[in-house]
This record gives sequence, structure tokens and C-alpha cells, in this order.
Amino acid sequence: MVRFLVQRILSAVLTLFAVSVLTFLMFFALPRDPVSGMCPKNCNPERLARVRQELGLRDPLVSQYAGYLKGIFTGRELGTAQGGRCDAPCLGWSYVNNEAVTDTLARVLPVTLSIVVPAAVLWLLLGVGLGLVSALRRGSWLDRAAIGFSLTGASLQLYFVGAVLMLVFVYTLRWLPVPGYTPLAEHPVRWAGGLVLAWCSLALLFSASYARLFRAQLLETLSEDFIRTARAKGLGRARVYGRHALRAAITPVVTVAGLDVGAALGGTVITETTFGIQGLGRTAVDAVRAGDLPTIMGTVLIAAVFVVLANLLVDVLYAAVDPRVRLG
Amino acid sequence: MRADEGHDDEPLLRVRGLTKHFAARGGLVRAVDGLDLDLRAGETLGLVGESGCGKSTTGRMLVRLLEPTGGRIEFAGRDITHAGRRALRPLRPQLQIIFQDPYASLNPRHTVGRIIAMPLRVNGITPVGGIRARVRELMELVGLNPEHHDRYPHEFSGGQRQRVGIARALAPGPRLVVADEPVSALDVSIQAQVVNLLRGLQRELGLAFLFIAHDLAVVRHLCQRVAVMYLGRIVEIGDRAEVYRNPRHPYTRALLSAVPDVTRLGPAGRIRLTGDVSSALDPPSGCRFRTRCPNARDRCAVEEPALVQPDDGAAAVACHFPQAGPLDPEHGA
Amino acid sequence: MRVVGRSPGQLAWRRLYRDRTAQVSGAMLVLFVLLALAAPLIELAYGIGPRDQFQDRLDASGMPLGYAGGVSGDHFFGLEPGLGRDVFIRLVYGLRTSLFIALTAAVLSTVLGVVLGALAGYLGGWLDAVLSWVTDLTLAMPFLVIALALTPTVTLRFYGPRDAVPAAFGVGVLIAVFALFGWTGTARLVRGQVLGLREREFVAAARASGAGLGHMLFRQLLPNLWAPILVSFSLAVPQFVTGEAALSFIGVGLTEETPSFGRMIYQSLDYLQTDPAFVFFPGVTIFALVCAFNLFGDALRDALDPRSSR
Repeated sequence: MVRFLVQRILSAVLTLFAVSVLTFLMFFALPRDPVSGMCPKNCNPERLARVRQELGLRDPLVSQYAGYLKGIFTGRELGTAQGGRCDAPCLGWSYVNNEAVTDTLARVLPVTLSIVVPAAVLWLLLGVGLGLVSALRRGSWLDRAAIGFSLTGASLQLYFVGAVLMLVFVYTLRWLPVPGYTPLAEHPVRWAGGLVLAWCSLALLFSASYARLFRAQLLETLSEDFIRTARAKGLGRARVYGRHALRAAITPVVTVAGLDVGAALGGTVITETTFGIQGLGRTAVDAVRAGDLPTIMGTVLIAAVFVVLANLLVDVLYAAVDPRVRLG
Repeated sequence: MRADEGHDDEPLLRVRGLTKHFAARGGLVRAVDGLDLDLRAGETLGLVGESGCGKSTTGRMLVRLLEPTGGRIEFAGRDITHAGRRALRPLRPQLQIIFQDPYASLNPRHTVGRIIAMPLRVNGITPVGGIRARVRELMELVGLNPEHHDRYPHEFSGGQRQRVGIARALAPGPRLVVADEPVSALDVSIQAQVVNLLRGLQRELGLAFLFIAHDLAVVRHLCQRVAVMYLGRIVEIGDRAEVYRNPRHPYTRALLSAVPDVTRLGPAGRIRLTGDVSSALDPPSGCRFRTRCPNARDRCAVEEPALVQPDDGAAAVACHFPQAGPLDPEHGA
Repeated sequence: MRVVGRSPGQLAWRRLYRDRTAQVSGAMLVLFVLLALAAPLIELAYGIGPRDQFQDRLDASGMPLGYAGGVSGDHFFGLEPGLGRDVFIRLVYGLRTSLFIALTAAVLSTVLGVVLGALAGYLGGWLDAVLSWVTDLTLAMPFLVIALALTPTVTLRFYGPRDAVPAAFGVGVLIAVFALFGWTGTARLVRGQVLGLREREFVAAARASGAGLGHMLFRQLLPNLWAPILVSFSLAVPQFVTGEAALSFIGVGLTEETPSFGRMIYQSLDYLQTDPAFVFFPGVTIFALVCAFNLFGDALRDALDPRSSR
């Protein structure tokens, strides 16, 4: 187990390292001139030259990258125009936001977490519930309705669902305020009110595939020998389903959920754009629009961290739960 | 054409000290551990042993599906022990294999005509009259209806599929066919038909056959010589008549006594082996069979018996205390 | 009388042909493809092009006159607020863009995935290790953000910041980005299948006959992989349709002159309160398209693997 853990963690670190190298190359080496995109239209040649100087763009790529990496682990000294000393997880300075990238991320990360975490809880509950009902009442109208939902739900587009929900609940019925973000600690009701539509749209889309997956898993598990054995031993239906089948069927659902949450944390771009909430995704989009390379790098890296962490967590959980997984 | 042709005493296949070790959890599995074998052109040899004794591994090494760990394989006078695809190219058509499982050994998405023609296409052989004609001829040869060449394997029975597998092996005109338990996956009623087909083909085409089987009854009708394998080694090898009439290794005797025979009803003559089947992961010291041998003595644990060829033409046997005399109920256990 | 053998593929085709979901979704797909292919013809028959503006049908604040966003006999799906372009013909051309990008990207990513996955599964060893790791790496990259960031960067590499970028270039970059990120799923699937097939004796039989790598991959293994390949292809297409729309929605990807679902929806969100019909038509069209693909892909999977439960 320890060996497996160490191996997985090493591979995760290696992956993150590769992501950082790749993004670095993609954004700093590929464009003709990284600065010209980064600078507003009114900026003069002197300012351009200074920005180039401060970003160290004249240095060879390797030392530029080394400096970046050093900043993440130990912090680094940036030019006075970049706010001077930049502490440990230093991801550089954004000229566009006039702010250290780390500070920007720290500001928008709670927003994205507030969208994804409750939404994930919601879509898991909804998906597993639907899957359970349709597997237990196989062939009934309820089952058919659930199948229909899971097939069509997966084809919905978030921006469309979001638009319709907003039109109905915000603009027509006026039950909800215009979506937005209020910190949870500040005003929990307003926090939920501003985000509930985002949660619901995400849940509607994601739960569809979960319902499907869970139903299929459950049906497969129920037809397996050990379930028949348990039934033959005289165990009651509820007990068999509860103790044996559910546990076996939920494992793959958890796996997918872990990966989806990881991916969602890095990719709430569409949700945030639809509802006009400024989280990680919007920040990334804005950074791309403005050609704000340090912020792009930062958002990509943090998204990759989430995905890799989720992967790692799922692998470890899986190995801990399912003895069939080969370790090593 | 071939330099070695005409030399009667030069074997078609010569195997010396062949070994295959697999790395496994807990150590090294010595699946085949020092195996010597000669097979002359047109000769049939049965290789018999329990499952796990390394006989299939041997067969797969001979046709270069597995890489030997050590030893030497010579085919038609050439060292092919570690020959690559390119080096083997001229020899491939002469060396073919028939597999055990007639379901798994045919590509389910190919018509049987395509399956049979595969060795020809792969080796760039264009027979006289074309590939189609050759396929029809082969199908007829193995007792299949040539009209069925565009059917798929799933439309055939197990016995028919095995005939397809045989036709495929015969397609390029081999000199040696390794048959890896070709009938053990078939119904007993079908087994005899396929064995008879193989015997007929062997005689008609003058093939050399290495027939791998786990029971001696199948081999008896087909093979001129028989080799008995135990835990990666040959323990007895000799002419059919000698081995069956006068088995000398206790393991051979046990195996033979287990063959059902209508003339010996009842369990009277059955030699029952006791003791655990040893693992190829950790073979016993000295003689590998001693843990199950009814007449094992101290020497067997210390000294490994060599395969000794006696002068009188009897079977070669690897045993310190070979037994003699025909196998019969009175002298059995 | 001659009995003709039925290949597993033919059997699957018959099952598909009899499946009602497949019939309906298949018919829808055919209709969509025909619409996309015949877009110029439809423009001729309809008499309106995707760039024609009908300012006279808008009121003073730029809203279409009449009900439901200006739906009429002349303008089936109404008009865009502001510019006054016809929604129907723009949707037809958007369909064309969307399907072209999605199908091309799906073909490319499938070919890439099949070749790499089959090689990794069949050869194993270091190649397999490297490919598995690259797959993990690709999954760790946030696709939308990377695609979003990469598209302008690549464009900047070839064109100056103020140059006019041809529409075809944007389309090409988008396809390349999709193919580059999309192959891993197929590769994973194919690799797994090949790992199973590799142990089957028919593979050993071909190897024992001296078959080379090309024969093994394309003659022996590939015919046994059609089912998963088809299914993953049919599910990749709607993913790329969604992806293209999403990228256009965020405002990157295609240039303004290329009609696109995502761009239309993005623009329409500003009119959510004043002209909901403008949100409705593109939204429903893309839903129908993606849904048809998903349903068909699902039916295809059932037809190819009759054991899968429904």
C-alpha cells in the first residue's frame, strides 16, 4: 500500500510538472511576442520594453521557467512595478489586474468552490436516486421516464438550460435574484440564492449520466452470483440491496464523480459565463482575452492541480475499497 | 533446394537444454527446465504430461511464439532459438501450429476462407492455381465443404472449427506441425474424428508432428514416439510400443494406469499418486517427482536423475530406480 | 441453394435497423446532414443569405417586429435583434459549420486514438507506459481553458494581432485542438480491447505464421475493434458539437463571420428578457442535434453488443 501510494503521488507530481512545462511553452514560447498581447493598446514602446525586461523575456526559456518554478516553491523577487517581493506560492504578476496572480486566484477560488461543491452533492444525490428507483422498478413507467431523462439530459447544453431557468425564475416569476456571488460567511441565504440556479443546471446535466451509470451498474451487480447467493441464503431484499448490491454498484459512480468534480473545478467557464459569476473560469477567459499570460498560467495550473488531486484521491480510495485492484 | 534434405540421420528438429523461466510474484517459475528433443522428418512424437508441466510452453517456444530463456532450437539445420521475424521468414511456412481452443484460435471477424488463406498471404505465397483454389483444396482435404468458405467461424461446430484450424496450419505446406492439445477442447465423440483426420493427413502428407496432449490415450493412435513430461523436464521418451507396453518411469506408469480401458474394468489397477503436486515455482531437490513417487528413496532427494538411453533400444528414462515389466493390475502399485 | 454467411457486422446492422430509437434518431441525423450539405441550395430556395440584414423589420430599439422574435412566413425562426439577420438561415449555416468541425475532428481523433491505442496495447512495454502517461496528462489539462488560450496564441503565431484572420484558419485550429485533446478516450478504450484480444489464440496463430505488425494491427485486430470504435466515434461527434458551441459561446474559436450555434446563443443571452425566442431557436436546434447523436450512439452500442442491458 505504501509503495502504491508513493508511486501514485510521484506520478501525480510528474504530471503536474509536465503540465506546467507544457503550458509555459505553449504561452511563452509559441506567440511571436508575448508582451504585445499583454499590453493595452495605449502603451508606448518604453513601457513595452520595461515589461519585457521585468518579465525576464530576454533570458533563455529554461531560466525563465526555473525562475517561475522557484517562485512557486520559495517565492521570488519581482521588479518594483510588479509589487516587489512575491511570497511562496508565487505565480507571477498580472499587469492587467495590477495584482499578484496568487491573490487573484485566492479571491476567485471560493466562488468556483461555492458553485461546484454543492452542485456535485446535488447531482450525485439526484443521479443515484434516479438510478436506484429505475433499477428497482425496472420496466415501469418510472424507469422509462428516468431513462428518457438520462438520455436527453446528457444532451442539454448548460448555457441553454441556464438561460431558460433564469428566464423563468429570475425574470418571469421573480422568485430569485439575478445570479451572483455573495460570500457564504457574509450572508448564507444570499449566497445560496445567487447560486442555486447554477447548482440546478449543473445537477440537471450531470445527474443524467450518473443515473444511467448507476442503473446499469446496479442491474449488473444484481445479476451476479454473490447477490443470488445472498438471496438464496434467505436474506431479505432490502438487506441484500442495502448491504451488498449498493456498495458494489456505487464504487464506479464515486470514481466518475471524483473525476468530474476535479474537471468541473477547472472548467466552470461555461457556468460562470452563463450566470455572469466571476470565478476561476471567468478569470481564465478574461485573462485569455486580455493576453494576460501569468494569469492564464496560474488558472491552468490550479485547474490541473484539481484534476490530478481528484485522480489521485479516486485511485487511493479505489485501492482501499476494492481488494481486486492490483497494487504496484 | 535445401542443404539438409536427404540426410536421414539429421533430425528436422533438434532441441537441447531448452528452458523457459517466467518471472512471477514470489520468484521464478521454471516452466521448462532443460529439455532435449529430436524429431526426424515425417516422424510423430507425442508430448504428454499434466497441465502445468510445461508442454504447451515448449510447443510455443518451438514455433517462436515465446522467447526461450536458454537452450537451443534447431529447425532444418538452422539455429532458430532467438531468430527474429525476418530471419524466420523462409522457415515460417515449414513450421506451423494447431491450437487447443477452436473458438479462440479463429478470428471471429474473418471468413474461414480468409482464415485458411492467412499464412499464404502473410508469407507472400501464391500457390499454383491461386489462393482460392488452394483454400478449396485444403477445405476438402480436412473434410469441410468448400462451399462454406465465406462463412464465419461462429456458424461452425467445434469439430468443424478445429478442422479450419488444421487447414490453416497445412496451408503453406509445412514440414513440422506442432499440435497443442488439438482435441482436448472437443467433445469425446468428435475427438476420434479429428484424431483420425490428423493421422490420415500425417500419412498422406508425410508431415512431422509434435502432438501435445495431457492424456496418453489420444497419443497412442497417432504417435510413433512418446515423451512424458513432468515439471518442465522429460522423464521418459521412447517408441510407442516400448512406452505403452513396458513403461519404466513411475510417473509414466501412473499416467498409463489412469487411462480408461474397457479390458480393465474397475479401479483395481489404478496407481494413485499421493503427495502434493509440486510447483514449478519451487521444484523439489534431486528428482522432481520424488514427492509423489511411490518408490522414492534417499538418493532421489539428493541426486537428479539424468535421462539415460539404454543400449537395448528401450525407452530413455530419467529415474534412479526405473521399474520393469508390463503394467498390469497385479504388479501395479 | 447457397447459404450465405452472415458476419457479426451484418447481424448488428439488422438489430440496429429494427430498433425504433435508432430509426428516429438516425432519420434526424440524416435530416441534419442533408440540411448542412444543402445549405447553399436552401439559401437559394429561401431567398435569404446568412449575412442579409432586415433593419426595416426591427423597431426603433432594434427589436424584431411581430411575435416570437419576428417569426413569419418570410423568416421561419425570426430575426436577430440589432443586426436583423435571419435566424433560420444562420442556423442552417451554423449546422454546417458545427457538423463539419465535429465530424472532421471526430475522424482525426478516432484515427489517432485507434492507432496509438492499438500500438500501446499490442506492443506494451515502454510505449504503453508513455502513452498511458500522456493520456493522464491530457486529462489533467483543463480542456476549455487550454483550447481557449491556445486558439488565439496559435493564431497570433501565424497572423499579426491586427491582421485579418481567414475564417478557414479558425476552423482548422479548432479541429486541430479537438483532435489533439480528443484522442485519449478512444486510445484508452482500444488499448483495453487490444490487451484482451492479444491473449486470444488467433493472434498467436497469425504471429506463428509470421505476420508483421501491420497485418496484426489492421487485419487481425482492427476487424474486432469496429464495435467500440464506432460507438466512441458516434459519441465523440456530439462532444465536439458541444465543444465548438461552448468555445464559440465563450467568444473564442470562430470569427464573427462564421455562423455558429454557440456564438448565436452567447449573443442571444443579452436579449433573454426582451427576445426569448432568439435564445430558444438555436438552443433547441443544438439540443436536437446533440440528442440525435447521443440516442443513435446509444442504439448503436446496443446493436453491437446485444448483451448490454437496457
